[in-house]
Amino acid sequence: MQALTNRAKQVERQPMSFLERLYLVAIFKGMLITFRHIFKKKPTINYPEKKRPFSPVFRGLHILNRDAEGRENCTACGLCAVACPAEAITMEAAERQEGEEGLYKEEKYAAKYEINMLRCIFCGLCEDACPKDAIYLSETFAPADYQRKQFIYNKQELLIPHPVKEPEAYKKALGNRVPREKINPAI
Amino acid sequence: MLLALDLALILEKLVLIVIVVMASLVIAMYVTFAERKVAAILQDRRGPNRAGPFGILQPVADGLKLFFKEEIIPEFSSKFLFILGPSMAMLTAIMTGAVVPWGDHIDFFGRTVSLQIADVNVGILYVFGVVSMGVYGIMIGSWASNNKYSLLGGLRAASQIISYELAMGISLIALLMVTGTLSLKEMVLQQQQGWWNFCYQPLGFLIFLICAFAECNRTPFDLPEAENELIGGYHTEYSSMKLGFYLFSEYINMFVSSVIMSTLFFGGYDLIPFYDESAWGLSANWMAIIGLGALMAKVVFFLFLFMWVRWTIPRFRYDQLMNLGWRILIPLALVNMLVTGAVILLKQNNWHF
Repeated sequence: MQALTNRAKQVERQPMSFLERLYLVAIFKGMLITFRHIFKKKPTINYPEKKRPFSPVFRGLHILNRDAEGRENCTACGLCAVACPAEAITMEAAERQEGEEGLYKEEKYAAKYEINMLRCIFCGLCEDACPKDAIYLSETFAPADYQRKQFIYNKQELLIPHPVKEPEAYKKALGNRVPREKINPAI
Repeated sequence: MLLALDLALILEKLVLIVIVVMASLVIAMYVTFAERKVAAILQDRRGPNRAGPFGILQPVADGLKLFFKEEIIPEFSSKFLFILGPSMAMLTAIMTGAVVPWGDHIDFFGRTVSLQIADVNVGILYVFGVVSMGVYGIMIGSWASNNKYSLLGGLRAASQIISYELAMGISLIALLMVTGTLSLKEMVLQQQQGWWNFCYQPLGFLIFLICAFAECNRTPFDLPEAENELIGGYHTEYSSMKLGFYLFSEYINMFVSSVIMSTLFFGGYDLIPFYDESAWGLSANWMAIIGLGALMAKVVFFLFLFMWVRWTIPRFRYDQLMNLGWRILIPLALVNMLVTGAVILLKQNNWHF
């Protein structure tokens, strides 16, 4: 038969010698290899006790932001819902009443704000779209749950803790994030 | 009177039997745990570490799980044999511990208690008999399951054990020619004074070790339960604690064969070779504790060896298994026996031909 290429190599195969047929040498070599693995560092971490740090640009669970006085930033403009490629965000707007100035930053606010975490693809376009620094993606991810409906996160679950009333919880939720108003006072 | 009953002796032996059975069960439990840990470490994993500190309650959890699982007896199986199978596997696994000398003796309130349940003068033959009974458990169980895979597993187990028992027996004959006794206690006493038998019979030990792996159905000889060819092999149809018995008896067998190997070739409860420990002048109880510790250290090493090999090499093919058994191990064992015999004859003749 004509070879298509001349790269074919004839392999010489000899029947195994007695020592090889005992397998012992080969087995011993293999055992040395596995023995070396005893001293190797294990890549696994004990998960719930120890967690790997996320990168600061990690796109995790959404957070609805408040300003330094604890007023909600969101004005229910709907830009995030429009930007969302997965159509995971729904909201209903409401007008701020007299005496609610301490609750909402501007005259309009989101009465209802829901994100379906099963639809969400964590792309972060909502954060990019938001003109008011009202929504951002944090460094945690959505925990598991037993029911699908539990994955539709409402406003209470998304809101960051109040910076004045619950300063410690706020600090924990904020993490290393620098509030945008400190970078750009215009918003 | 020959049949006069010594109540204290019976009580002493009963206590010893309970302790040995309990100890081998607990040790087998923790061998299952150790197996998972060793497997994990050799594969750069962590292994079970959730139940209790460092996961030491894992075997308890495993046992509980097996107990609470549904017990299924297949409709077309022969029920009596189906239950007899795992029971026999377990029974024979535990019975072997009876002739092993676990230590010399202890002084218990002025009474000398030998740390051996029965010093039978055919000890090693007893071990052999009981160990080869173990395969009946597998065969009966696999046949009673009325399942092709089980039957194939049982057939493999039977042929494998028959093939390897021959080589094991012949390698042991050479050892018996060296020691001149069948009693395990005698063998240990000889090794305490002189060299360990391993020095006289390295090849015999190697053959014995390989055959012990085969007898315990451990990798690379775990063809009877080859899970990727035969689903579960002989225990395909088993569930709940009956399955647990099969799995457990394998670990007890491992423990027992480690003990037997340490006793036959590595001086049993002898701590240091070429050295007489009684020169330390310690009391008998301390010596017994040290001896038991020494034996256990050797056993732990062999158990580790079992696991180490299991997590290193894959299973043999069936023809490789038979080739190794019949065409390599048996000739080697025969040569070993002949050479040993010749050397012993020469020695008796003061090294004159």
